[in-house]
Amino acid sequence: MLRYMLKRLMSLVLSLAVASVVIFAVIEVAPGDPASFMLGVNAQPDTLAALRAELGLDTSKAQRYVNWIGGMLRGDFGTSYTYRTPVSQMIADRLWVSLPLALYALILSTLIAFPAGIYAAARRGKPGDLAVMGATQLGIAVPNFWFAMMLVLIFAINLRWFNAGGFAGWEDGFGPGLKSLTLPAIALALPQAAILARVMRSSLLDILGEDFMRTARAKGLNPRQALWRHGVRNALIPVLTIIGLQFSFLLAGSIIIEQVFYLPGLGRLVFQAISARDLIVVESVVMLLVFAVITVNFLVDLAYAAVDPRLRGRT
Amino acid sequence: MTQHLFRPFVTAVVFGASMLASQAAAKSDITIAMQLEPPHLDPTSAAAQAIDSVVYANIFEGLTRFMGDGSVVPGLAESWEISDDGTVYTFKLRDGVTFHDGTSMDAEDVKFSLDRALAEDSANAQKALFAGIESVEVVDPLTVKVTLSAPNGNFLFNLAWGDAVIVAPESIENIKTNPVGTGAFTFADWVQGDSITLNRNPDYWGEQPALETATFKFISDPTAAFAAMMAEDVDVFDIYPAPENLPQFEADPRFQVLIGSTEGETILSTNNKQAPFDDILVRQALAHAIDRQAIIDGAMFGYGTPIGTHFAPHNPAYVDLTGGSAHDPEKAKALLAEAGYPDGFETTLHLPPPSYARRGGEIIAAQLADIGIKAEIINVEWAQWLESVFKGKDFGLTIVSHTEPMDIGIYARPDYYFQYESTDFQALMETLNATTDPEERARLLGEAQRLIANDYVNGYLFQLAKLGVARAGVQGLWENAPTAAIDLSAISWSE
Repeated sequence: MLRYMLKRLMSLVLSLAVASVVIFAVIEVAPGDPASFMLGVNAQPDTLAALRAELGLDTSKAQRYVNWIGGMLRGDFGTSYTYRTPVSQMIADRLWVSLPLALYALILSTLIAFPAGIYAAARRGKPGDLAVMGATQLGIAVPNFWFAMMLVLIFAINLRWFNAGGFAGWEDGFGPGLKSLTLPAIALALPQAAILARVMRSSLLDILGEDFMRTARAKGLNPRQALWRHGVRNALIPVLTIIGLQFSFLLAGSIIIEQVFYLPGLGRLVFQAISARDLIVVESVVMLLVFAVITVNFLVDLAYAAVDPRLRGRT
Repeated sequence: MTQHLFRPFVTAVVFGASMLASQAAAKSDITIAMQLEPPHLDPTSAAAQAIDSVVYANIFEGLTRFMGDGSVVPGLAESWEISDDGTVYTFKLRDGVTFHDGTSMDAEDVKFSLDRALAEDSANAQKALFAGIESVEVVDPLTVKVTLSAPNGNFLFNLAWGDAVIVAPESIENIKTNPVGTGAFTFADWVQGDSITLNRNPDYWGEQPALETATFKFISDPTAAFAAMMAEDVDVFDIYPAPENLPQFEADPRFQVLIGSTEGETILSTNNKQAPFDDILVRQALAHAIDRQAIIDGAMFGYGTPIGTHFAPHNPAYVDLTGGSAHDPEKAKALLAEAGYPDGFETTLHLPPPSYARRGGEIIAAQLADIGIKAEIINVEWAQWLESVFKGKDFGLTIVSHTEPMDIGIYARPDYYFQYESTDFQALMETLNATTDPEERARLLGEAQRLIANDYVNGYLFQLAKLGVARAGVQGLWENAPTAAIDLSAISWSE
């Protein structure tokens, strides 16, 4: 197990190093100058030069890369060109929205997908299965922003149960904050739940055909006991993979949902920073997201090993 | 028994009365939505209009200020005297004005603010506004003498810009995140990515505003803007981003739609130094190929005023020159043939993100195709536009709304991105700058408008409309946008 973990850990560090170079190169290559974006069309050349010097944009790219990486290793993410606040502070603020939202959506999607997937697998080919599969087909086909707009139309504009968007903050307690994340979380969760339910079902069906399931039945377990004790546990491996991927997606990929619900999350921060060419913010946030994705995958790998002892020896 | 009979009635009366009581006390808070979030809150060191929208006239004030109708009135300067040769302005400051931190605003602060904008390492995005200032002298705590190197008829107008507000040296270090001004509202809170809150300043020198607190919320997505308005999460949408929804708001008694004008001349900018646009016949052909009304209807759903030159139609000095470039494809084709392009040519059309450009660009490309010009549409972000079009001048055509007020002077700068070089025009601008007599100025401005229209420098499309949506009870909003500002001081709720 230790060797397995070390090996995974090394690949994690290597991936991060490669990612940092790629991110920096890609973002710095994009045309556009942060200083001229900030000062607009009437800026005079000496004003631009003064601002570029102030932002440290007059140094070489290699120097800027070294400064950036060096800073990050010390926990210093730099200062935003446009907002002039520390990037780490901005990321921390936004994470208080994005992380709960991603978790909320993930919990919702798991709560929907597990029962639906197991139910469908247990009733393979019967009307219940067909109904669940039909619904998931729809869930995958329909984009989440459409769900989002429908939810806003029904629950915010017509019924007035929720605000159409915005984030209430956590200062007034758990309730208002959670309430303002509910519609976005549902919109994010539905398509994810549809995918997860299908994976759960097919993975469970594969397992149900395995020899050990027949053995379990032969030992005297009824179908339900066999399904829960041996089937679901073994079917979890591919499901965990998908959950890991989904969490990364939910954390980084909720830009559109954050736009629709005007939530001050990470996705919107990146979006704004890209259009303002606030390079340091984009680089640091993307790097952080890569770190999160790679770490989640690392944890998923460890979870595999915990669920399936065979993986520990193999690597 | 009688008691029981009456109880519901009494309850209803009491309930009704309390409802009335709560309605009688007018609301004193407001939530105003805008599309873009300001990067920071220092109007003197960035071009972002969102900064001015939040702080102009609310937090910060200048020596003079714009009113909603575009007029320039005294601000922190109570009055002024101009020397006979037009080069010395002596400003008398208002007495008893304090900054939000309690320190008093005096002549030293004015000198500091103007010197800071002028300084070599100044980060002021409109440094040219101050270019003619030779010196700023403190005469006494309430008197400031500003000496110009040459007379400047625009000087009081220039001082009204958000880039010329008065700031205090003590608070300059943190101005970007904690602005301290003299205005009727103080900065209270900023939840980055979400909202900025301002509170009424109880020590304001002028009249106390009706609002106690105002929240600016940032909603960039047009669909979200519609939902937020419809769900009444926000009370006002300052510049509503989706003109196609306006009829729906107009039909709904809960809302009012405010249609005004902006300082934005929306033009088909043409690279005057790139062939074939260096030929006036080609530019004239372009002008006649354009059907302005079709663009206004198609891209802006009918909102916008056609223009024939680079000047705002609501300005008294405006001259309507649209007749000189009327839609006439046959004439356009003939002009192209005369210029040596009977079969047209290929060019590029760079479109920045706003819908006037993206939607308008599609329509213009089709209109140009009618006379044989094949314009390849290239969608760009603003940062890219600034880099390749504005700075690199690597473009054939582009669509941009020039939102600075009174900016016809850009045509006197041959290195400006559309690269119009006319010594006649440059001389005209020099005369204009040295002229202070209003009538003579209006005449010169008319001449300038004609000159660029006759040279067909750019395709002049329309004046951008200001489209605002608000809850029915909101009063005192600016209908027009002489500058980017949401002046809270006059806003109130009707009872």
